[in-house]
Amino acid sequence: MIEFEMPKPIAQQNYVLKTVADNMMRPVSRHFDEHEHEIPWDYINFMHMAMRATGAGSLAPRERPKDEKKEEKPDEEKKKRPPIAYQMLAFMLETLSWGDVGIYLVTPGGGLGSAAVEAAGTPEQKQKFLARFAEEKPTFAAMAMTEPQAGSDTSAIRATAVLDKETNEWILNGEKIFVTAGHKALLESQGFVVVWATIDPKAGRAGMRSFVVEAGNPGATVTKLEHKLGIRASDTASIVMQDCRVPFDAMLGSPEIVTKSTKGFKGAMATFDATRPLVAATGIGVARASLELLIETLAAQGITIRYGLPRQKLTNIEREIIDMEVMLRSAWLLILKAVWMADNRKHNPMEASMSKVRAGDVVTKVTQKAVEIMGPLGYSRDLLLEKWFRDAKITDIYEGTGQINRLIVARNIFDYSGSELR
Amino acid sequence: MYSFEPSEEQKMLVDAINRYAITDLRKQAHQAEEDNQLPIPLVEKGWELGFLQASIPEAFGGFGERSAVTGVLAAEELAYGDLAGAMAILLPGLFATPILLAGDDAQKETYLPPIVEAEWTPYTSALIEAQFDFDPNKLNTVAEKNGKGYLLKGEKIYVPFAEEAHAVLVYAQYGGDTQGFIVPKDTEGVEIVERQKVMGVNALPLYKVKFNDVLVPRENRLGGEAGHDFAPILDASRLGLAAMAVGLSRAAFEYARDYAKERDVFGVKVAQKQTIAFMMAEMVTEIEAIRLLTWEAAWMVDNNKEDASKEAYLALTGAMDMAMMVTDRAVQILGGHGYIREHPVELWMRNGRGIATMLGLTIV
Ligand SMILES: Cc1cc2nc3c(=O)[nH]c(=O)nc-3n(C[C@H](O)[C@H](O)[C@H](O)COP(=O)(O)OP(=O)(O)OC[C@H]3O[C@@H](n4cnc5c(N)ncnc54)[C@H](O)[C@@H]3O)c2cc1C
Repeated sequence: MIEFEMPKPIAQQNYVLKTVADNMMRPVSRHFDEHEHEIPWDYINFMHMAMRATGAGSLAPRERPKDEKKEEKPDEEKKKRPPIAYQMLAFMLETLSWGDVGIYLVTPGGGLGSAAVEAAGTPEQKQKFLARFAEEKPTFAAMAMTEPQAGSDTSAIRATAVLDKETNEWILNGEKIFVTAGHKALLESQGFVVVWATIDPKAGRAGMRSFVVEAGNPGATVTKLEHKLGIRASDTASIVMQDCRVPFDAMLGSPEIVTKSTKGFKGAMATFDATRPLVAATGIGVARASLELLIETLAAQGITIRYGLPRQKLTNIEREIIDMEVMLRSAWLLILKAVWMADNRKHNPMEASMSKVRAGDVVTKVTQKAVEIMGPLGYSRDLLLEKWFRDAKITDIYEGTGQINRLIVARNIFDYSGSELR
Repeated sequence: MYSFEPSEEQKMLVDAINRYAITDLRKQAHQAEEDNQLPIPLVEKGWELGFLQASIPEAFGGFGERSAVTGVLAAEELAYGDLAGAMAILLPGLFATPILLAGDDAQKETYLPPIVEAEWTPYTSALIEAQFDFDPNKLNTVAEKNGKGYLLKGEKIYVPFAEEAHAVLVYAQYGGDTQGFIVPKDTEGVEIVERQKVMGVNALPLYKVKFNDVLVPRENRLGGEAGHDFAPILDASRLGLAAMAVGLSRAAFEYARDYAKERDVFGVKVAQKQTIAFMMAEMVTEIEAIRLLTWEAAWMVDNNKEDASKEAYLALTGAMDMAMMVTDRAVQILGGHGYIREHPVELWMRNGRGIATMLGLTIV
């Protein structure tokens, strides 16, 4: 049955996270925007403590080990509650990003790196690499695909992995850029970076594999931290690998995939199906913050929005705001559907990309319009609005640009392969 | 809980309507538009799918409960076939649904059974007036109380099937609010001025109707002596229209998709050109986004949520823009062929523009 009732656990989570956003994020937003590369440890430590206590927080929901001892419940109670882990995450990310998306991005627990392990790793690998997030100190993970010459076109990556048969180790070489949380993963915690590299440069996608490079590996060096338009609390690192040795089983997936063709690449894509709607959700949080501030500012001046009037009777401002609400709510519902599908194990690449396309469009438009309508107030750094404008833009760029996600949607529409529609 | 999965019953209904939309409605839409007339057997067949009948309780001749969610699913699927046909099939609802929502018991008992137990019979309503900024909450048609009942004065346009209708639900301003008044056929003072010619939906007969001091007995005020709240009727009208916009847009999208995949340009298919492919990706995203907004609004209406009216308003606002965006692009993707009336996309574009002015022509 079609339903839009927010499940209780989500409502409770929202309530708690709103307090976190109000008290731990908003008050320091401006500071961390103006002090790029400073690390918001208070927030990090708090979140780490809180997530350890509740078990929440990975970007990919963890499968919990089955508890054998659980008592048998009577039939009716046994009826499984519908799974909502991805929905919980989408709401969590939206609310935290409503607080501050740059700070949200430094939430410990692994982000995209864990999501990759979760999507492609064997049970042993998940155990080995993900257990660390529950330990005492906050730990970070990152995902490194992009290279200077290869962004959208991931098949153009040049980083290589060669097997040293004597030691049974992989030797990685190459340069990765724009690695979110790369610095924190390797230098500020005992974390790891999931690095994509090719085991056969001539094989294109078929040669691509992902490798877990752990903190402390002398072969991996953080060489640069970017200075950015927005999300400045989040570190964006360059990582150079020079004869970086990792054990054989640091390659994600079962050993057979060493020989089997495009499974590695498909692993990356499966990760994106799961994470795109979540990234879209972060953008929605920023745009919602902007729209709320705009509406509050207008209300303080006695301007309320007269919903229900024909467009011809609305003022321009009312019309703009109503259009923004339409965009924002409908974009959010696309995300909700995509994560609901993920929760119910329905194949969702098209929905994931649609949600990202729309969110990318909507959050940039809403934040840009909000700054325009707020006039000199919007442009001033006295308010956070101008920052949200800068923060929102990244939504349309990472995890597949708006164009790349349009391509994916269009290929689905026409049933085209990548070579039929480039 | 969130769920985007219609119930089994809803799926069955949608499937049945979908078959009818493709094999009947869509096939005859072009001719009906050119003829300015829908074949009545076609409409009767659509009526027999039983959507309205299933939303009226047994006590009043039907066999179910009204659900706005089911309503938007059905309306979308009908309009996927043809907008004029969809509105004609749901026409009796323009009269019956407001009575179900806001009528008193006597009105429900008097009017609902004969409508739902019969074959398709034209019953209609009159809301729209000739003003650029027409506002359903600020009508120029007025009702004045007198000793015997109410006197209706004013002029309505776009009254579907006014000539043929057994009764019209006329909306008029009374004490500052919009109120419905039941006016049977041949009531004195009701003047059918003319059949109107409009840009699209020409298969749906629309009339200009004058109400020259039409006397309406007291018991014919919708809701009886106390009258009624207009908001639920407006919500249901917005939802129906928004859902039809989604169905219409889906039809245009699919037609353009299939065409683009067949047509060769510069040695490749039109669909292989990114500029076209991206347009299509945006169209499908827009349609799905507005569909979900419409679903949510309908669900809110069904569950008496506080913001239901606002959400229904937002859904229709989005739907207006979606319909224009998608249908315009569908014509563009067919190029010159899109401009030719042999292809349906130009009709869909004309109908798509109509969504912004058709509030009151359907209800779910
Ligand atoms: C702040 C930030 C954080 C990031 N975090 C990470 C991270 O953690 N891990 C990671 O691996 N990467 C990360 N990235 C990289 C990001 O995913 C890429 O920047 C993005 O995928 C685009 O690649 P590019 O910058 O090389 O642009 P290009 O691929 O060079 O694209 C340039 C333009 O061409 C368009 N374009 C490209 N291909 C096509 C096509 N086929 N059809 C039509 N248009 C096309 C693009 O949409 C874009 O507009 C991050 C980037 C930033 C800015």
